[in-house]
Amino acid sequence: MDQIEPFAEITHQAVVFPEGMALDCGRMLRQVTVAYRTYGSLNAERSNAILICHALTGDQYAADTHPLTGRAGWWANLVGPGLPIDTDRFFVICTNVLGGCMGSTGPRSPHDDKPHEPWGHDFPPVTIRDMVRAQKKLVDHFGISQLFAVIGGSMGGMQVLEWAATYPEAVFAAVPIASGAHHSAQNIAYNEVGRQAIFADPDFNNGEYWRLGVIPARGLAVARMVAHITYLSEAALTRKFGRRLRDASSLTLLDDKFEVESYLQYQGSAFVRRFDANSYLSITRAMDFFDLAFDRDGDLSRAFAGTRTRFCLVSFSSDWLFPTKATREVVNALIRGAANVSFVEIMSDKGHDAFLLDEPDFHRTLAGFIAGCADHRGLPHKETV
Amino acid sequence: MPDGSLRASRQAHAAHHMRVDLQLIADLVKPGSRVLDIGCGDGALIGHLFHTRGCDARGLELDMALVTRAVAHGLPVMQGDADTDLVYYPDQAFDYVVLTRTLQAVERPLEVLQQMLRISTRAIVSFPNFGHWYLRAQLLLGGRMPMTKSWNRMWYETPNIHPCTIQDFFDLCKAEGYVVEQWLALDDEGHRAPWRRFPQLANLFGEQGLFVLRRR
Repeated sequence: MDQIEPFAEITHQAVVFPEGMALDCGRMLRQVTVAYRTYGSLNAERSNAILICHALTGDQYAADTHPLTGRAGWWANLVGPGLPIDTDRFFVICTNVLGGCMGSTGPRSPHDDKPHEPWGHDFPPVTIRDMVRAQKKLVDHFGISQLFAVIGGSMGGMQVLEWAATYPEAVFAAVPIASGAHHSAQNIAYNEVGRQAIFADPDFNNGEYWRLGVIPARGLAVARMVAHITYLSEAALTRKFGRRLRDASSLTLLDDKFEVESYLQYQGSAFVRRFDANSYLSITRAMDFFDLAFDRDGDLSRAFAGTRTRFCLVSFSSDWLFPTKATREVVNALIRGAANVSFVEIMSDKGHDAFLLDEPDFHRTLAGFIAGCADHRGLPHKETV
Repeated sequence: MPDGSLRASRQAHAAHHMRVDLQLIADLVKPGSRVLDIGCGDGALIGHLFHTRGCDARGLELDMALVTRAVAHGLPVMQGDADTDLVYYPDQAFDYVVLTRTLQAVERPLEVLQQMLRISTRAIVSFPNFGHWYLRAQLLLGGRMPMTKSWNRMWYETPNIHPCTIQDFFDLCKAEGYVVEQWLALDDEGHRAPWRRFPQLANLFGEQGLFVLRRR
């Protein structure tokens, strides 16, 4: 791979919280920036806000064109006027997570003690709960005392669960999708392969690659390729690529390439142009560390005891990264706490990625759940707005 | 306006047709109570209980296609199995647990009833009555397993693995120490049949039995 320069620093819509924030690790960020996008408008009662939480490599550009890639938002098929998360009816907020690299405080932000250098590898370890606390600051900043809903897939689903556990009164409805209450050993193992690939890249320079004006592009690309495999199902890979070759009709053992190889290489090289390696390390660590039952004596139901939040959990039948079993564990913990739970496993052969794709049953489920909750919450119907 | 919208959705719901036996069950439920409908199908009963009686009604359903349809209609329904998933609910989480036309199809009816009366004050149970005269006549005269509207699958593929009669069910309640607060026999349309005082006649002419139980 040719040498790739770090992606350009651009201005994102953001709020700076000068009071800073204490982190779970015991360290303190002296000031915190939360970058965000919003869609739709907040009503006078401030009761129609939906917070969307992004996954590992997502960002706040959920429904509009990404400023770096020029591509449509990662949930543009779900968030917009007349779509299941209807911006004609709801005020939708999406933030870049703490530790991210699209404007929120993270490894690319100025170091608290050395303002002319980025944090880099020195950025304090953050947790999913830290990410949620930073989001809470923004929600408070908007004067919203209760979010109508918090919705997210994969790591976004972890944030949804953390919101419901940490700020139960601030969440009317929670929708964790293709997610779980902790990473399995297998999830951690795949993340570790990615991290080791980054460490092994000579350009990593012990996390201070910014000093050299380079990025550990090969390592980060390999990390992305490994992760990408976990987002797809075997059936989806077979359907998309099978054993087809690129620009060749038969194998010669010389320089032929399977289509799946070139696809993964493309995924890797596109990724490094929009994502920071230290952010990748930071966020994968946060995911691995996440365990809602950990400081509750291993009893997940205690995270949700007495909750009045309405939950809708969604899993996908071919997802092996967050299999239905992981969702059902959360469902069972919720019903032990007598919570109001809807739970659907969507039949799909598209693997973990299905939560980002056009899955009509999933979209119908989400739209119906939101409409039902709006009824319970007493939100006006769309035509009367 | 929230009030107007709720009224509109109530009216829309009232216009929607519901199985007659579900209407009878809905009438047994006190307004504003907590209800779990096991085997809730597309959620018709829980939707009705929410919209017309202000209940906190939830559903459990085995068939994922029905669950998806119910949730897509805004109803709090989760996929789960009566035989295995009731254990997760805490004691006395509900005022009523409803099991309509499902008891005969569960693997362990006794345990399911025990769980129902652990998680709820009252259990409302309905089942097709295998003691109905027409079934008896088919077996007596034809010598083969009966086939009716309710018992409409061949013996080798029926999901109804635990058929019972109204009198069998009375015996079970006695043996388990459950109080029968109310009971009804229903005809094949799901309407109330006039055999209220005579269990033997109900057992002969009732197409379904409907019971409200509580623990002693």
